[in-house]
Amino acid sequence: MSAGNLTLSLLVGVLFAGGSYLLLQRSLLRVVLGFALWGHAANLVLLVAGGPAGHAPVAGETTPEAAADPLPEAMAVTAVVITLAVTALLLALADRSVTLRGDDDVPDAVEDALAGGDDRGSMEETR
Amino acid sequence: MSTTTLLSVPVVLPLIGAALSLVLSPRPAVQRVLGLAVLTAVLLDAVWLLLRVDAADRLVLHAGGHAPPLGITLVADRFSALALLVAVVVCLAVMLYAIGQGSAEKRIENVPSVFHPTYLVLLAGIALVLLTGDLFTLFVGFEVMLMASYVLTTLGPTVERVRAGMIYVSTSLTATILLLTTIGLVYALTGTVNLAQLADAVQQLPAGLREFLGLILLTVLGIKAAMVPLHWWLPDSYPAAPAPVTAVFAALLTKVAVYAIVRTQTLLFPRDEPWVLLLVLAAVTMLVGVLGALVQDDLNRVLSFTLVSHIGFMLFGLAMSSVAGLTGTILYFVHHITVQSALFLVAGLAERRRASTALSELGGLARSAPVVAVLFLVPALSIGGIPPLAGFIGKLGLLQAAVGGASAGVLVVAAVALVTSLLTLAAMGRVWLMAFWGESPREEPDGGSGTTTATRRASGLMTTAAALAVTAGVALAAAAGPLSAYAGRAADDLVDREGYRAAVLGEGAAP
Repeated sequence: MSAGNLTLSLLVGVLFAGGSYLLLQRSLLRVVLGFALWGHAANLVLLVAGGPAGHAPVAGETTPEAAADPLPEAMAVTAVVITLAVTALLLALADRSVTLRGDDDVPDAVEDALAGGDDRGSMEETR
Repeated sequence: MSTTTLLSVPVVLPLIGAALSLVLSPRPAVQRVLGLAVLTAVLLDAVWLLLRVDAADRLVLHAGGHAPPLGITLVADRFSALALLVAVVVCLAVMLYAIGQGSAEKRIENVPSVFHPTYLVLLAGIALVLLTGDLFTLFVGFEVMLMASYVLTTLGPTVERVRAGMIYVSTSLTATILLLTTIGLVYALTGTVNLAQLADAVQQLPAGLREFLGLILLTVLGIKAAMVPLHWWLPDSYPAAPAPVTAVFAALLTKVAVYAIVRTQTLLFPRDEPWVLLLVLAAVTMLVGVLGALVQDDLNRVLSFTLVSHIGFMLFGLAMSSVAGLTGTILYFVHHITVQSALFLVAGLAERRRASTALSELGGLARSAPVVAVLFLVPALSIGGIPPLAGFIGKLGLLQAAVGGASAGVLVVAAVALVTSLLTLAAMGRVWLMAFWGESPREEPDGGSGTTTATRRASGLMTTAAALAVTAGVALAAAAGPLSAYAGRAADDLVDREGYRAAVLGEGAAP
């Protein structure tokens, strides 16, 4: 197994740390940005997993030994598409939340706060 | 065309159907027929797969003729074929229910209905996870399934659904990215993502690394399976979706993740001894889930918490690391898919009568809607483990395995499982007391002569669909003998890692 790229590995750590901080925020927009950082981190992990850089893996142009490993790159492309689609969906949700409630904060559950008490009246008040 | 081509039908046909359905969205009637036709075809295919697999152990398809690790491998063994069949039956019942409810055709702000295309995509994703033979395709299958589920959860976005959608999508996306990172790590360590090759390659790794991979795979799939302490998102997001959507989610999405946990752990990280960590997690999952169910005031939230609780039973069977334990897991798996969908569909029927799912606002349903009451009672008793229903058979399988293993830790968890069964029965009894007995707190909004014939007919189809789901659960109990024998053979297959490897890698691309 080849020695990993230290810079990329450290970058993965930084991206995961920054993303985690953003994920813990109330505003959905920040959460989306956090997921964007996480998505990049995961793709870099796939890139590092593919080993050292090489030539473009096109049959007839390079030998298999000199070519970069194409499999993790194919995976990364799939992952990019998925992250893009979910990000778009989350942004749409944030937009809908602003339309309906005026902000894009993730609200608390009313039921959790009231679990155990059967006082329906107070629940209506909280709502 | 070789016979194994039929392996791809449960994935490919719903996707083609979804594309057609989207084009046909101006014609809801055609969409309905198309959806039902696709589901029926996949159902026939699933029956055929089950019969074939029971005769031939495993069926393997290398898509496009590419040998592993390059191509996509589809593998059906007894467990996946059974899971697929039950999943398609539930999907069919839920689709009938959705058509009955009319939610399927509801247009929102002039956007054509996307229910049918999305629903078919959901089925394709589920089938892909169940049939895949490599880790990355497993990930893709999960994503296909989850993308469809995001759309279904937020269909017709109200304040409540947007909130549920935020929590559900964020949690699922977290699990997704972590799963992707895990796959990257697996590839970096072993150089393959094909499960059959990994079965061997993972054993070559140092023990610490192997343990680490096993644990992160359990964690990321545990989020999707709602394993305590990673369950928090489920009771917060499922109840907000429309009743048929909640039913299919509760029945299938978490179970598909349980399937993935069972598949990866048995194939990649085989154990001879009971797995103490998973035993503890299983016990905690059972207790936390059922205690949550006992205090909720909303019928759908009660059912969501029992769902979490009973994930613990399936993990318990896996944690025993024995063929008998896995047999119990498979029996429980099948039972739980049918019973959860039936319960949520019946909850939808109750909601339609009273326009509420709050227990304190139901009440007196047994008198005003005796059919709904009976349809609720049967799965409720089944999930509580009352013989001779299917829940009893699953629990019996697990407890027999636990006693047969005779390890102290396993016996403690078996005791927890018994307590959980009793508490589940108590939770169901509480629902029965509050929602079905007693006085109706208010007049039914659509009761009496005010009901139009159109609404009544739609409700008839809904009741029929719910009855179909309930009947599927009863049929499992009726077929307990053959089913247990089949589950035993399926568990043997799960432990037989060499057989899996030989089937996928050995016979290769032979037509």
